[in-house]
Amino acid sequence: MSLDGPDGSRLRDVTGEVPDYCLTVLVGPSGAGKSTLLRLGNRLDVPSSGTVRFRGDDVGALDPLALRRRVGMVFQRPSPFAGTVLDNLRVARPDLSEGAAIGLLERAGLDATFVRRAGDELSGGEAQRLCLARTLATEPEVLLMDEPTASLDHRSRTVLEVLARGLVDRGVPVVWVTHDFAQMRRIAQQVLVMDRGRIVHAAPIGELDRSAPPAVARFLDDLAANEGD
Amino acid sequence: MTEIGWEGLAVSALLVVVALGLSRWRHLGLERSIGWAALRAVVQLAAVGLVLAAVFDANASLAWAWLWVAAMVMVSAETVRRRAREVPGLFALALSAFGVAAVVVLGVLFGLGVFDLEARTLVPLAGLMIGNALAATVLVARRVYEELRDREDEVEARLALGLPSDEAAAPYLRHALRTALIPQIETTKAVGLVVLPGAMTGLILAGVEPLDAVQVQAAVMFVVLGSVTTTTTVVALGVRRRLFTEDHRLVRLTRPTSR
Repeated sequence: MSLDGPDGSRLRDVTGEVPDYCLTVLVGPSGAGKSTLLRLGNRLDVPSSGTVRFRGDDVGALDPLALRRRVGMVFQRPSPFAGTVLDNLRVARPDLSEGAAIGLLERAGLDATFVRRAGDELSGGEAQRLCLARTLATEPEVLLMDEPTASLDHRSRTVLEVLARGLVDRGVPVVWVTHDFAQMRRIAQQVLVMDRGRIVHAAPIGELDRSAPPAVARFLDDLAANEGD
Repeated sequence: MTEIGWEGLAVSALLVVVALGLSRWRHLGLERSIGWAALRAVVQLAAVGLVLAAVFDANASLAWAWLWVAAMVMVSAETVRRRAREVPGLFALALSAFGVAAVVVLGVLFGLGVFDLEARTLVPLAGLMIGNALAATVLVARRVYEELRDREDEVEARLALGLPSDEAAAPYLRHALRTALIPQIETTKAVGLVVLPGAMTGLILAGVEPLDAVQVQAAVMFVVLGSVTTTTTVVALGVRRRLFTEDHRLVRLTRPTSR
């Protein structure tokens, strides 16, 4: 499929498949179309041409609101809503009991004391974990995470990576976008490499280097070399 | 009845001279603007007065008064559009907002017999209704647009949780509406204590008994309150509709170019 943006094409004839049993990392330089591709999965964007399928169904034919609850999304910048942590979780599920809320927080690595805290007083890492818990409140079948650690410190980054791996182990496949090559090496089971609006390579992490065609291998080397931080 | 006559008007223009003098003294550079504004006010009011005299003529058809109201609505809708250019489709929205307010407000005033329906009541009441709602309408259109643009992350996070667009936008809409309405409510509270409002001042100057003027003024305040809440609500809901697609996606909003 393709997606034309106001400032030119953002995705060009992308064809690809995301396996739904593991942690897939979507890697590529900024502007490669990773976030756009992810937003298509949650239907915050729609393709200009082509079809997005979720478990065989054309996403365009499904009820967008129901789909978004099945395909959860965590964004790059944490966006806690006004009110307490509990209020935040109840935006996702209005009938949520406090006990169930604490359960969700624990899945996202926050303890029970957070439930009454104000959402806008959390640190960046805590806020991002709240956003993860909030997304988990809809009981998604798949989780899309758009550079979820880009604005976080080292410790929070590690916590979130471990959490994502844990979710996959417990049956919620995760698609994780990053331009951080080292992070990809740490967490990926499957890798999709994107560049300039296209998926240029797809492989399990163990076979990535062996299977990449020369152009993609050079590109991956560049990406690793450009890791300034 | 009090009449000041043309001599009275000319003498009162001394106050314009005071304004000009102050501008000159403090080097404000506003002399041309002040002079032009004063001149325009007189010419515009004179023109309106002549037309109103014709519309209010006992032999004139009431249709002229309605036509006048329609023209006021059109001009106001265009003013709203110009003052909030970034908001798409605002002319049609403002037009329908003023239209709905006219039905509600004039419906109560004339339908329930508060005032007799004649040109002399219809034109000024419609004018009050529209004129006072104008600023709040512009404000709420801009606020809804800016809230949804500046809180794009939060709005999309709500959409991503499966909330329909009206629920995803609700907190920001509420905030915008409260911001637009609170000044009006404050003004209504302070009336009489801080300011003697325009209608009452005019009536008293024209020789009407204060208690009679008070009754009219209170009704006028209710007109303003009713029309401001109606127009702002219609515009806020309309702007929200335009900023989301049918399938609950937020339309990408342009930010003002940095200055």
